[in-house]
Amino acid sequence: MSQRVQVLVGTRKGAFIVESDAARRTWTTRGPFCDLWPIHHFIRTADGTLVAGGGNAWYGPTVWRSADDGTTWSQSSSGIDYGADGPKIPSVWHIAQSNGKLYAGVEPAGLFRSDDAGQSWTHVAGLREHPSRPQWEPGAGGLILHSIVPHPTDLDRMWIAISAAGTFETTDGGGTWATRNKGVRADFIPGPTPEFGHCVHKLKLNASEPDTLYQQNHCGVYRSDDAGRNWVDLSPGLPSEFGFPLQIHPHDPSTIYVIPHAGPEDGRQMVGGKAEVWRSRDRGASWQALAEGLPQQNAFLTVLREAMAADNLDRPGIYFGSSAGHLFASNDEGDHWQKIAEYLPSIWSVEVAVVDD
Amino acid sequence: MATVNLPRSLVALFVDPPPRQVQIDAATLGDLIGQLDQRWPGMHDRLCDPGPQLREHINVFVDGERERDLAAPLATGAEVHVIPAVAGG
Repeated sequence: MSQRVQVLVGTRKGAFIVESDAARRTWTTRGPFCDLWPIHHFIRTADGTLVAGGGNAWYGPTVWRSADDGTTWSQSSSGIDYGADGPKIPSVWHIAQSNGKLYAGVEPAGLFRSDDAGQSWTHVAGLREHPSRPQWEPGAGGLILHSIVPHPTDLDRMWIAISAAGTFETTDGGGTWATRNKGVRADFIPGPTPEFGHCVHKLKLNASEPDTLYQQNHCGVYRSDDAGRNWVDLSPGLPSEFGFPLQIHPHDPSTIYVIPHAGPEDGRQMVGGKAEVWRSRDRGASWQALAEGLPQQNAFLTVLREAMAADNLDRPGIYFGSSAGHLFASNDEGDHWQKIAEYLPSIWSVEVAVVDD
Repeated sequence: MATVNLPRSLVALFVDPPPRQVQIDAATLGDLIGQLDQRWPGMHDRLCDPGPQLREHINVFVDGERERDLAAPLATGAEVHVIPAVAGG
């Protein structure tokens, strides 16, 4: 049996698949898929179905599906709305799978669940019934639910993150939600640190250690060791506390990757025009710049919140895509990098699947 | 019977895509979209927001006149054009 590594790329104009064998040295590109729709997130589910979420200014939000590795596609948004009296939903922003169900995060922030593989959707209304909801404010990307983090074993638990409302956790299957932002700064709100209103850019956990959460925030990189109840700032040692994506090593929850960007008022791009990924192998206590093979001058790239991922091979590959359409890969945990695609439309998301053929 | 002209970007969204020109026997514009949705499930969601109302960047012309009202009656032999707005691409 051979293995194929499939990098799933969502862009401003369609979805693409960039593929290699397990050596991850030579790559080919297929696409565009999804009829060139803007695609915010593109994943491969456990049964091999490709699922992409996005929105089109003419035709609204939808979720695309392909059960034949991208040859044919269908789409549906049945149920993805807030009713006649609610706000309009322009786009799906994030897709996640848990226990055979699909979840979709949308703009304006809300959560939907599908029990039939994406053919129809049900609003998880408890989140928008949270008393803080009238005070949720959009970030630069809109008021978006961009991170869905199911607990790996407790099917009633899940964390989600909203820009700019913060992190929330449910322990009752989505009926009720609690804020999880203690210790996270919100420098753009004067006064004492609020209970909500935080600008999380990306929230993730490693399934082997589900009480450990990490987030890249507008105001720093953070870790929680108690399932989100308290957070500690990991930013010291980084060239900037600002960035969008964050990735956890698939086999080692102590190792994480971020891509520091110049701050929110300083361009939100690679610091000094040098493309660097920063890695910590000690849970954020210290950091190391990884730049071998990445452009080191005039590389004013932006890497957005969904645009970094890792495969799960023995020595994992790390991947990121830029808003200028470059896709970079490392087949050795970030030590060395190569450009595996370029001239794609602006890259909004990167995910990776290892496919057994 | 109305003649409905559909844009390429809309028919491409369906596994069994409709032809670019369809004959529909409908009393109103809303009824026409409902019948399109019965034959190609999901088409209503692509053309309409909840309400329902036509999506902001979907333009519909009936016999050459722009029409936003889903209750608008369709005369026998009406020519309907569904056109994505210039904005939005």
